[in-house]
Amino acid sequence: MCQASSKKTMKCRTDAIAVGTGKGFQGSTIARSNYQLGPGRLPAKWWVQASAPPAICPSAPNMQNQRVAKRWHLRLLVLWVLAGISVSIWVFYSMNADIVKRRRERLLNMCEERAWMLQDQFVSSLNHVRALTALVTTFHLGKQPSALDQDTFAVYAARTSFERPLMTGVAYAIRVLHSQREQFEREQGWVIKKMHSNELQPAQDEYAPTVLTQDTLSHLASLDLMSGEEDHENILRARASGKGALTSPFRLLESNHLGVVLTFTVYTTDLPPDASPEERINKTAGYMGGAFDFESLVENLLRQLAESQAIIVNVYDITNKSNPLVMYGLNTSIGTTVSHISKLEFGDPLRKHEMRCRFYKQPPVPWSAITTSTGILVIVLLIGHILYAAVNRIEKVEEDYRKMEELKLLAESADVARSQFLATVSHEIRTPMNGVLGMLQMLMDTDLDATQCDYARTAHESGKQLIKLINEMLDQAKIESGRMELENIPFDLRIILDDILSLFSAEIKDRGIELAVFVSEKVPAVLVGDPVRLHQIITNLVGNSVKFTDRGHIFICVHLVDDENRVDVPNSQACTEQSVEVEEEESWNSCNTLSGLEAADKKMSWETFKLSLMHGSSEPTSSCLETSDTVNLLFSVEDTGVGIPYQAQERVFMPFMQADSSTSRNYGGTGIGLSISKCLVELMRGEMTFVSKPSVGTTFRFGLPLKKGDPSMFKSHAEANWRHPQNAPLPTKFKGKKALVVDGRPVRSQVTRYHLQRLGIFVEIICSNECCSAVSRVIARCETTNSSSSGATGNIDMVLIDKDAWGPNTGVDFPDSLKKQTDAGLNGLLTAPKLILLAMSLNDEEACKAQKAGFKDIVVKPLRASNIALCLQVALGFGNHRLKVRELTEGPGSMHNLLSGKHILVVDDNRVNRRVAEGALVKFGAHVECAESGREAIAKLQLPHKFDACFMDVQMPEMDGFEATRRIRKAEIAAAERLPRNGEVKNGKHTYRVPILAMTADVIQATPEECARCGMDGYVSKPFEEEQLYKAVAIFFEAAH
Amino acid sequence: MDVIGRLQRQRTELTQALFKEGLLDEQFTQLQLLQDPNNPDFVAEVVSLFFEDSEKLLDELTRSLEQDPVDYKKVDAYVHQFKGSSSSIGAQRVKNACVIFRTCCEERSQEGCRQALQQVKHEFFLIKSRLEALLQLEQQILAAGGTIPFME
Repeated sequence: MCQASSKKTMKCRTDAIAVGTGKGFQGSTIARSNYQLGPGRLPAKWWVQASAPPAICPSAPNMQNQRVAKRWHLRLLVLWVLAGISVSIWVFYSMNADIVKRRRERLLNMCEERAWMLQDQFVSSLNHVRALTALVTTFHLGKQPSALDQDTFAVYAARTSFERPLMTGVAYAIRVLHSQREQFEREQGWVIKKMHSNELQPAQDEYAPTVLTQDTLSHLASLDLMSGEEDHENILRARASGKGALTSPFRLLESNHLGVVLTFTVYTTDLPPDASPEERINKTAGYMGGAFDFESLVENLLRQLAESQAIIVNVYDITNKSNPLVMYGLNTSIGTTVSHISKLEFGDPLRKHEMRCRFYKQPPVPWSAITTSTGILVIVLLIGHILYAAVNRIEKVEEDYRKMEELKLLAESADVARSQFLATVSHEIRTPMNGVLGMLQMLMDTDLDATQCDYARTAHESGKQLIKLINEMLDQAKIESGRMELENIPFDLRIILDDILSLFSAEIKDRGIELAVFVSEKVPAVLVGDPVRLHQIITNLVGNSVKFTDRGHIFICVHLVDDENRVDVPNSQACTEQSVEVEEEESWNSCNTLSGLEAADKKMSWETFKLSLMHGSSEPTSSCLETSDTVNLLFSVEDTGVGIPYQAQERVFMPFMQADSSTSRNYGGTGIGLSISKCLVELMRGEMTFVSKPSVGTTFRFGLPLKKGDPSMFKSHAEANWRHPQNAPLPTKFKGKKALVVDGRPVRSQVTRYHLQRLGIFVEIICSNECCSAVSRVIARCETTNSSSSGATGNIDMVLIDKDAWGPNTGVDFPDSLKKQTDAGLNGLLTAPKLILLAMSLNDEEACKAQKAGFKDIVVKPLRASNIALCLQVALGFGNHRLKVRELTEGPGSMHNLLSGKHILVVDDNRVNRRVAEGALVKFGAHVECAESGREAIAKLQLPHKFDACFMDVQMPEMDGFEATRRIRKAEIAAAERLPRNGEVKNGKHTYRVPILAMTADVIQATPEECARCGMDGYVSKPFEEEQLYKAVAIFFEAAH
Repeated sequence: MDVIGRLQRQRTELTQALFKEGLLDEQFTQLQLLQDPNNPDFVAEVVSLFFEDSEKLLDELTRSLEQDPVDYKKVDAYVHQFKGSSSSIGAQRVKNACVIFRTCCEERSQEGCRQALQQVKHEFFLIKSRLEALLQLEQQILAAGGTIPFME
């Protein structure tokens, strides 16, 4: 009891859904992605060495680059700012210059306008004064007596004053010589007075007393114009030249305004234009003068013009260039320095005048230029700042990136180191663990009492688990470090699945779980891939399912992906196959699954199944002849276990993660298996998913693209590859037989059919949800056979009935029901088909009952083609050995089954050992031959030989077992090349390679590695121990029956 | 019938004594299990083979150890053989003595080897006499028309 319980807790576990930290796996993906990309740079870094090749090592040269780039950036930035500032300054100056220019132009325009006007008015005044001279000449001098008197002149002058807008008035002075003075004074009645003082004019050579005046100049009457300094000079100049003469500006009498006086000479007669000055002086009669009052009159004139307030106008007499005299305007410093000078031509060639204009106000501050340039500057600075910030930011990001990359490298190297460490340590642990396990095994073989035995067994189981865990970790580490290499060799998927079934058959035997395999017909017989890893993946999944399933079924199913996809498409093609009669069963099973329990993935329902079967059977040739050399297989492992809680489903594939912490307590396991499986599937370019419902079950599915192989390829590679090279092909002697499968569950019947078809048996299914209807149909079928002998029907050789066809143990009663319906039972029919019961487990009592009921044989599940074949051999009388039902129930291949009829060579130098080994093997029915030495063994194993296996002592004098094995292998390879392939068939053997098992007392010395290295297939410890011998031999002979 | 019963009781006692004293182990039981009607003299055959071989080996060993210098390699090979055959028939104490012998061999200790050889010889003759007695008893049982009971 104690032993049993301890064994249960220590039961070998595959894996689980797990809780923990799963850093490792993520690390590996990072590592892989890095290998693809390589150390790269930010793609955003476009301005620095865009064409430069990516640096291999991103540390030193990168830094340098960055520094250079940074300096470069700064310089560029400073340049940019300087350029911006200069542009803004330039804009300012150009705008300002424009303003100034326009202002100057305006000034010029205004000045010219004024000058022109002034000149115009002046000239017109001047002309009119000349017209007045004509008046005087005509009416005063020309008439005797004069037609003009003072009043007439005054009125006329006043009336025509609009013609002389700049003149305050005009006056006429007469030339009086001193000699004529007295007469003149008499005539006139007044004396000639002096200017300014109004005193009597002292005696002079001549005089120019004013006789006619305009009213505005009436104060000039009787004044001697010659007494005025300016007038005097003016008169002299005027009469000499005969033209108008202007004085320099001076203060006028009375008004005291600045002004100039214009003088025209009135001659007594008309003079020729080329008259000499003397003639002119002599002919002078008088002088017409006019006063220009600049101060008031020009003011008035200018005021009429636009913008008269804006500028200051000065008029200068510049006859004496060094000392210009102000004629008009204030000679103050008011106004701007900027001025414009316009020439004035007043008609007196001696006198030169000019007009100087200035703006009254200082030029306004050029706001527009200032704002524009400031705006530009601000924009430039802003852009500079933005660029600077961007450069800084990018640099920072780049720096961060570099750091990250370094950290990543560190992390990766740490990850690699970790994997390396794991790999090394795992290997180092494994070696001593083998010793520990071997010694424990030996310890258990010694004479121990129950407690000691229990302890030793517990220790042994724990050790085995530890080894398993280490192996898994080693796998994980290998995958993570990318050193997992997949093989590419041909293999038979169905054999692998059979192997997995037998692996788990012992474990599920007592638990009432149905374990079954179904492989679609369209899956090629030989595939190319990595069978070891595929085996591992499926074993992991099935192991997981076995652990979490207490009832129902575990169903491994392999389809082509195409079939799965086609399922969704409604198919109009009617199911014409006569053997699949499915009209009734829909209503019967609550769920059309293998065990009738609900499964998580509805896709795996019978509907799906049926459709894929239909395609499989309706177009088998087309699918076989598909041209592409890869097939996409969909594997699914369905169970009806506890399922995975929804919240844990995300973590399922993380290593060391379990659904919750209680999982490992209840079910054990490390949680690494699923993660490894997923990694392996991905390595094989597949994809793994799962569907799970708590307390309903879980379905793991994965698709794999595998290459199709052809059988010839398989044979040529077989000797070196897959671990069952000795697997004999399934017996072909059942080919053409006909079987009737009776079952209540369609899926189960299809599984049975699959295995039977592998044996070449033609299968018909009677699938009915009730026993009696099934019975009648079976009878009907058998009678059809008898009445018509067409090829389509033919004799039924066997009827296979599931023990639980319609509920627990209902299948056993089937023959009874049969008997009830036909008087004589099946035996009464012409051909009596053999009844075979398919049972999950069977105790002795039930076995007896079944035998009594009329079953010829019982096949214990899980179904495999090999165990069905074995059973049929007996039932149909093919077998050489009569096996009792009881022996069969002991499981597939007891020692006797395995070894009976085999030729085995025992090589040992020790006679006693040889004899013991021989005795043991003979007892299990083998034909044994002995060899005393390695040499003899080589001689006996010279091809062709009859041996199925060889047991080889390791330690022998002359030539030890390892050396002998090496030589034998060499010879085999040579022979395989030399002899044609049909030699194999002649010997009834699959290949030339004979399995060689090492026999050693020294478990530690003969490690499996060492055995494998020299070509041995396994080892058994001496002295022989049945369990171990069985295990070693089973690998080779399991399927050989 | 009475004779057979007595002989059989004697045989059982003897066998049990052999196991109890540690002279034999499980392996001998295995040998006995291998003996069936197809192969009735299997145990006797193996045991006598063992005796023959062992005596030869002991002679060789004695001779080898007297030589000077001792060829330890050869000695070791003989002891290995001896150990193999003794473990095959389940002569536990002989086997253990052989293990000690091999250790001495590895140490190249001539004196140790001699002592070990003495021990091995002692154990061997002990088991030989006992096994011969057992076989004789079985012969007598068979001669008297009885069957050899199997130890379960």
